[in-house]
Amino acid sequence: MAATDEPLYPIAVLIDELKNEDIQLRLNSIRKLSTIARALGEERTRKELIPFLNENNDDDDEVLLAMAEELGVFMPYVGGVGYAHVLLPPLETLCTVEETCVRDKAVESLCRIGAQMKESDLVGWFAPLVKRLATGEWFTSRVSSCGLFHIAYPSAPDQLKAELRSIYGQLCQDDMPMVRRAAASNLGKFAATVEPSHLKTDIMSMFEDLTQDDQDSVRLLAVEGCAALGKLLESQDCIAHILPVIVNFSQDKSWRVRYMVANQLYELCEAVGSEATRIDLVPAYVRLLRDNEAEVRIAAAGKVTKFCQILSPELAIQHILPCVKELSSDSSQHVRSALASVIMGMAPILGKDATIEQLLPIFLSLLKDEFPDVRLNIISKLDQVNQVIGIDLLSQSLLPAIVELAEDRHWRVRLAIIEYIPLLASQLGVGFFDDKLGSLCMQWLEDKVFSIREAAANNLKRLAEEFGPDWAMQHIIPQVLEKINNPHYLYRMTILQAISLLAPVLGADITCQKLLPVVISLSKDRVPNIKFNVAKVLQSLVPIVGQSVVEATIRPCLIELSEDPDVDVRYFAGQALQACDQVMVSG
Amino acid sequence: MTSSMRSLNWKFSQVFGERHPGEKVEEIDIISAVEFESRGDYLATGDHGGRVVLFERTNGKDYQLRSRKELEHTDSSVTSHPLYSYKTEFQSHEIEFDYLKSLEIGEKINKLRWCASSNNSLFILSTNDRTIKLWKVSDHKVKKIIEMDSNAYISSENALLSEKSFLTDQSIQSVPNGYHLEWITKRPKSTFPTYKESPKMMFKFGECASSRCRRVYSHAHDYNINSISINSDCETFLSADDLRINMWNLEVGNQCFNIIDLKPLDMEDLVEVITSAEFHPAYCNLLAYSSSRGFIRLVDMRQSALCDQNARILQDREAHGSRSFFTEIAASISDIKFAKDGRHILTRDYMNLKLWDLHMESSPIVSFKIHEFLRPKLSELYNGDFIFDKFDCCLSRDGCHFATGTYSNTFKVFCHDGGHTDGTRLEASKNPNRVSHTQECQKNAGLLTIFARGLHWRGHENSRFDSSDCDLDSKLIHLAWHPTTNLIACATKCSLYMYHAESEHF
Repeated sequence: MAATDEPLYPIAVLIDELKNEDIQLRLNSIRKLSTIARALGEERTRKELIPFLNENNDDDDEVLLAMAEELGVFMPYVGGVGYAHVLLPPLETLCTVEETCVRDKAVESLCRIGAQMKESDLVGWFAPLVKRLATGEWFTSRVSSCGLFHIAYPSAPDQLKAELRSIYGQLCQDDMPMVRRAAASNLGKFAATVEPSHLKTDIMSMFEDLTQDDQDSVRLLAVEGCAALGKLLESQDCIAHILPVIVNFSQDKSWRVRYMVANQLYELCEAVGSEATRIDLVPAYVRLLRDNEAEVRIAAAGKVTKFCQILSPELAIQHILPCVKELSSDSSQHVRSALASVIMGMAPILGKDATIEQLLPIFLSLLKDEFPDVRLNIISKLDQVNQVIGIDLLSQSLLPAIVELAEDRHWRVRLAIIEYIPLLASQLGVGFFDDKLGSLCMQWLEDKVFSIREAAANNLKRLAEEFGPDWAMQHIIPQVLEKINNPHYLYRMTILQAISLLAPVLGADITCQKLLPVVISLSKDRVPNIKFNVAKVLQSLVPIVGQSVVEATIRPCLIELSEDPDVDVRYFAGQALQACDQVMVSG
Repeated sequence: MTSSMRSLNWKFSQVFGERHPGEKVEEIDIISAVEFESRGDYLATGDHGGRVVLFERTNGKDYQLRSRKELEHTDSSVTSHPLYSYKTEFQSHEIEFDYLKSLEIGEKINKLRWCASSNNSLFILSTNDRTIKLWKVSDHKVKKIIEMDSNAYISSENALLSEKSFLTDQSIQSVPNGYHLEWITKRPKSTFPTYKESPKMMFKFGECASSRCRRVYSHAHDYNINSISINSDCETFLSADDLRINMWNLEVGNQCFNIIDLKPLDMEDLVEVITSAEFHPAYCNLLAYSSSRGFIRLVDMRQSALCDQNARILQDREAHGSRSFFTEIAASISDIKFAKDGRHILTRDYMNLKLWDLHMESSPIVSFKIHEFLRPKLSELYNGDFIFDKFDCCLSRDGCHFATGTYSNTFKVFCHDGGHTDGTRLEASKNPNRVSHTQECQKNAGLLTIFARGLHWRGHENSRFDSSDCDLDSKLIHLAWHPTTNLIACATKCSLYMYHAESEHF
C-alpha cells in the first residue's frame, strides 16, 4: 500500500485533469494513462480506471483518438493477456463514435489486443463484441465491425464461424453504402482467415455481390479485393472467378472503377499469377491505355513500365508499344507527363534494338513536347536511357530541349532544369558540356528570380566537384569573376555567394590567388549589404586559406569593416574577427 | 369531377416566430433556408444572420422505441400529424472579409442539407456564399447531482474517480454545496453486458444539445454558392456556384474536385449560369443542374472526370412561343428537386412550376402557372428586381403533390391528376384558406386557361393589375415538404408556418 500511496497526489491531479474543461489538459492526461494505471495497480485499473474511461467517451475527437491509441497498448497495466477482455468495452464504445479516425484507431487497437488474446477469451469476449457491433443500430458500429472479423474468426468453433460468415454476408448487403464500403475493403483480410472450402462458396458470393453493387464507391473497393482474393485462390479458381471480374471492371461504366483497375492491374496480374492469365489481361490493359477518360489513361500510362516488366519483351513490343506511341501524342498533357516519367524504364526491358528503333522516336517527341513537365520528366530519367543507347544518339535533340527549359517563362521550370544540370553534366561529359551548357550556367547567375540565382550558384559548386578544380579554373572562375562589376548589388551578392560556395571545392591556392582579391575589393562596395556579406564570406574563408593569409589580408580588411558606419557591417565584421581569433588560438 | 385523384385539405398546424401586426422585421432574422431531415424527425432553418435553428418532432418519433402495444393503438391512418418544438440553434456562419478581392462575404445561410445521422447525433451541412460547414448536433445528458446526504458514501464502482476523492475529505463535503454538472455519455444501453451504469437515483438526467463545427469546406468557390447536395453514397457531396460545380468528400475539407465548369475564357461569352444542382436520390452517378436559360442538364459522372458533356438536356421547347427580354429572364430556373422515385424532376421558374419526366426531354409532363396575372407586369417586376426572386419548390413523398411560393405571403399546392392544373392557394397565416375565397376571380381566370388555352393571354391583358392585389414585399420563397407525411413548412420573413393535410377522396 505504501508504494501506491506515495504517488497518489500527482495521479489525483492527472485524474482530475481527465475531467478538466481545457482539452489540452485532458489530452495530456490521456497520454499519461499508463502512468496513472501503473500507480493505481492492475486491479484498480481494471475496476476503476477502465470503467471510468468507458463512461467518459463523450469527449472531443482528439481526446478520443488518443484514448483509442493508448488502450491498444494497455494490456500490461490491466494484468496481462488474461485480463485483456477488460479493455474491450471502452474500445467497443469508441468503435461507434462518428469520427472516422477515432473508429479506425479503436479497430486497430482492438485488432492488436485480439491478436494476443487467448483463444478461449476470443470466443468468450471478442467474438460477441464483433457480433454486437455488426448488428448495431448505427452504421458507425457496423462499419467498425468489418475490420474485426479476421481476428475473431480463426479461433471460433465451427458453428460460430458459420455465424460470422453469414453476418459478414449481411454486412456486404447493408443498406448503408458506408458499411458495404467497409465490408469491401476488409474482405481480403477476412478471406485470408477463412477455410478454402468456404472461400470458394461464401466469400466468393459476397465478393460477387460487391462487384455488382450500384454504388461506384463500393465497386471501387471491390477492385482491391481482386488482388487479395486472387492470391488466396488456386490458379484455376482464380482464372474462373477473379479474371472475369477484372476484365469486367476494366470495362466498367464508371471511369473511377476503370481508374482503379488501371492503377492496380499490375498487382492484379501478379495475383492471378500464371503467364496465361497475364496474356488474357493484356487486352484489358490496352483498352485502359486507350480509355476515353484522360484520368484513366494517366493512371494506365504511369504503370506502363511495371506492366511491361511482367510481360515478355515480344508481348510488350507487340501490344503495349503501339499504345505508348499513341500516348506520346495524347491530347492531355497530364497523360504525356505521366508517360514521360516512366517511359525511360522501358528501355532496359525492350533491349537496345527495340529501344533505338521504337522507343527513341518517342523519347525525342516527348523531349520536344510543348508542356515543360513532360520534357522535365524525360530529362530527369536520362541516366536510365543512357545505359541502354548512349548519350550520342540523344544529345542532338536533348540540347534544344534543355535550352528551351532553361529559358522557360516559369521560374519553377528553370529551377527544375538547373537541378538536373549536374546529372546531365556527368552523363554528357566535359566536352559536350563546355560547348553547349556552360553559357547557360552563367546566364542563370543573372536571373531575375532569387531562387534561380541561388540554385545557379549551387550548381557551379556541384559542377566544380564533378569536373575538378582545373576545369573550374578555366571554365567557371573567369566568367564568374567578370560579373562582379554588375551595377546591381543583388547580382553582386549572388557572385559573392558563388565564391563562398566554390572556395572549399577549389582549395587554398586558387582561393588565395583568384577569389580572395575579389572579395577584398568588394569590401569597398557602396552598399552595406554587400559589405556585411563580404564579412560573412571572409569568415567562411578563414578555415580554407592559410593562417598567414588570414593575418595578412583578411584581418586588416575586417578591421576596416569593423569601423564601418553601418551597424550591421560592424556586427558581422566583429563576428568574423572573433572567428579569426579562434583559429589563431586553436592553431 | 369524377377524378379519383386525391386532393388535399390543408390545415394550419404550427407557427414559430409569428410576427405581430406592425412588428418590424430585422433583416438578419429573415429565414433563408428550410430543410427537413430525411425521416422528418427534425427540421432546420437558416437565416440571414447566419444562424441555424433546429426543431424536433415531438410526437410519433422513434418508431423503434415505441412498444408494439402502443403501435397497435395508434392506427397508422389515425396517427396525428407531426408536431415540432424548438430544439436548439447555433451560429453557423459569420460575416467574413475576403482581403484578396476586397469583398465582404455575408453570413446568410444559402442552403442546408442533412447528412446521415449516427449515434443520435445530427449532421448538417450549411453554406453561405463561399464556405460550407459540417455541423454536428448531439444531445448530452447532463448529470445533475441534486441532493445528496453528506454522510452517504457513494458505493459506485467509480467512487474513486467520480468526484475528486483523491484529494482531502473536504472535497466530498463540497459536493452538496451546489450541484455539480458533468457531461457523461449517452449511449445505446443494451450494448454492454459487462458494465453497469452507476446508480441513477442520485442523478437527474436532463438533455442539452450542443453543436460543434466538424469540418469546413472552403476556398473552392469564386462565385456565390447556390446549392449543396449529398450523394446517395453518403460519402460525397456537391456544391454549385454560378459557374462551377465541385465534388467534396465529407471527410476531407481541404480538397475538392471540379466536375463542371461553365466559365468561358472570355466572360463576355457567358450565356448562362448555374442556378441549382442536385444529385439523383438513388443513382450515385447522376446529377441534375439547372441554368438561367431554363435548361435542366442531366450529367453522368461515370462518363468522365470533367462532366462538360451532359447526358441529357431537358428543355421546354413550347415555352419559347413569345420571346421577350423579360420572358428570358423569367425562364431562369430557381430550384430543382428530384422526386423520390428518381424519375421525375420538379422545377420552378419565375412564372411556372414544371414537372419533368427524365424520359421526355422536349417538354414537361405538366406545367402549373403560379401567378399568371403578373405576366403583363414583368417590366415593372424587373425594375423592382422582383423578377430575380428565387422561389423554392417541393414535392410530396408520393410525387403527386407539389408546392411552391409566391407573393402576398401565399403558396400554392398543386396536384398531378392530368389536366387539373389550378392549385390550392394558401396564405401563410393561421387561417390559410382565407385567400382562396377572396381571390375567386383569379381562380376563375386560372380555370379558363384549362378550357381555352389560346385565350388566356388576351383574358389576362384585360384583367386589371392592381398592386394592392399582390403584396410584392411579402414573398414566400422558402418551403419544404415533410419527407413522409403531408406537412409543409414555409417561411415568410422571420416566421415559420406549418400546414398539414389529410387526403380526402372526391
